Amino acid sequence: MREKEEQEARERLSKRQGNIQPPTVFDENLKTRLEKEMLQDHQKAVMWEAEAVNGGKEKYKSLRQEIEKQQQQLQQIVINNYKKDTQKLAQKQTVVKNTIWAFFVGGLICTFGQAVALLFMNGGLLEKEAGSATTVILIFLGALLTGLGYYDEIGKVAGAGSIVPITGFANSIVSSALEFKTEGFIYGVGARLFTVAGPVIVYGLAVSLVIGLIYYFI
Amino acid sequence: MPEKKIGNQTLQFNSKPKLLSWSSIVGPMEGKGPLGKHFDLVLKDNLLEGDTSWEKTEQKMMQHSMEIALEKIKLQAGDLDFYLAGDLLNQIMNANFTARFLGISFLGLYGACSTLTEGLSLAGMLIDGGFAKQVGVSASSHYDTAERQLRYPTEMGVQRPMTAQWTVTGAGSYIVGKADSGIQLTHATIGKVKDMGVSNANDMGTAMAPAALDTIKAHLQDLGRSMSDYDIIITGDLGVLGTTVLKELFHKEGYPTDNISDCGLLIYGPDQDSHSGGSGCGCSSVVLNYLLGQMLNKKARRILLVGTGALLSPVTSWQGESIPCIAHGVVLEYYG
Repeated sequence: MREKEEQEARERLSKRQGNIQPPTVFDENLKTRLEKEMLQDHQKAVMWEAEAVNGGKEKYKSLRQEIEKQQQQLQQIVINNYKKDTQKLAQKQTVVKNTIWAFFVGGLICTFGQAVALLFMNGGLLEKEAGSATTVILIFLGALLTGLGYYDEIGKVAGAGSIVPITGFANSIVSSALEFKTEGFIYGVGARLFTVAGPVIVYGLAVSLVIGLIYYFI
Repeated sequence: MPEKKIGNQTLQFNSKPKLLSWSSIVGPMEGKGPLGKHFDLVLKDNLLEGDTSWEKTEQKMMQHSMEIALEKIKLQAGDLDFYLAGDLLNQIMNANFTARFLGISFLGLYGACSTLTEGLSLAGMLIDGGFAKQVGVSASSHYDTAERQLRYPTEMGVQRPMTAQWTVTGAGSYIVGKADSGIQLTHATIGKVKDMGVSNANDMGTAMAPAALDTIKAHLQDLGRSMSDYDIIITGDLGVLGTTVLKELFHKEGYPTDNISDCGLLIYGPDQDSHSGGSGCGCSSVVLNYLLGQMLNKKARRILLVGTGALLSPVTSWQGESIPCIAHGVVLEYYG
């Protein structure tokens, strides 16, 4: 009895495979019928598998998995068709305008940094010391502007132009601190300070380590 | 056959429950929008004076909107048999705290931005089933509480893509009950979860459109009605892109789309830089206030409100899963 049912389920499985071959455009009725059939067969397979496991055997698992694979394949075809239909409707990101803004705002931040560095050097600091001092100034300004609520406004137009410089790094940390301060200093600020900046630090460190090693050997 | 279910998904409320009262509270940005003057209260700031967190403010908005709705018809919280509410926070905490304050039998709802229509549908069922005389329904969302949970810290300088929508800061409350006249709740269509593989949290409109399509089609089919039987078919928060997608999908199947609109399109003006329009539980919850006003002014007699919910979790989203979506529809009629 069970063998016969399994046989039928497997026959339906291979018959369906003929229908599900991307790229396919489905008519709604066929899709509904296939989905329903797969649901029914899957349900049976799950039950049979459970009974087999209770009896100390591993059976019907492959049948279940093959039905699941078909379900995913069908879903994928539907997803791809939908994506094709809707992609063209989305309003395009204004790439050229964004790039120009990013270039000028990013450039402005860097020029400002350079000016500060030159001032420090004029004041008698060595180039390396001036670099560190400039970093401190830029981080302070990035944090201050974030706290006053201006940095997100700058970021809205400048995009990468204000994210890439070190001021953007300051922004990502201070904005997290502001955001999570309501959860207290331990679970809020302490635990979530690096929500955004964390990945940058982790992978920045990892990459610098690798580059350092390469530098050491050449 | 169930007596009050028509077709596959639609429920008919034979006792015609009425919307007895409603109220809305919005944030400053929504107040500056084209519908600003139709709301009961516009806050001066996204944070209420004295509050230490946005969550607290959102909770108060929900609670105050229910209190205003009750006071409008001189009822007390104790006069409600049930309170149905939901929001976008994890564990729907705003609704839980509000229910704690009101102290009445409470069923918490989560349907993302379809929460309001989910609540109205259930209210209709409770009343039509003879389980309740009066039921309160609330739904809220808040820009700052939603963003921090689903996307980035609010002060972070990131560029939002043009497909992104702006979470509405707003809370709406409704009291459904029995009365001789008023705007009546005649039908509800309970949606199915649809997932078209969209995984971008900045493009919820495209993700939700198929759910809205499915529910509207099922609704019309179940009742043997056509689009033109409604003065307006309005979705919850598909936004600019989602509405375009929905219309495109309907066109493909040969439906007219003249009377399709979206709450997310109405709430912000074009100059408000919301990108693809409004979203969130609060969106349809406050815009329905405006729509009901229009119905009372005889601008519309029968509307179909289809709340659209993107059932998005940051955890599964990071794990690469797509966004399942749902839409529930309710029919409102007024012949006063």
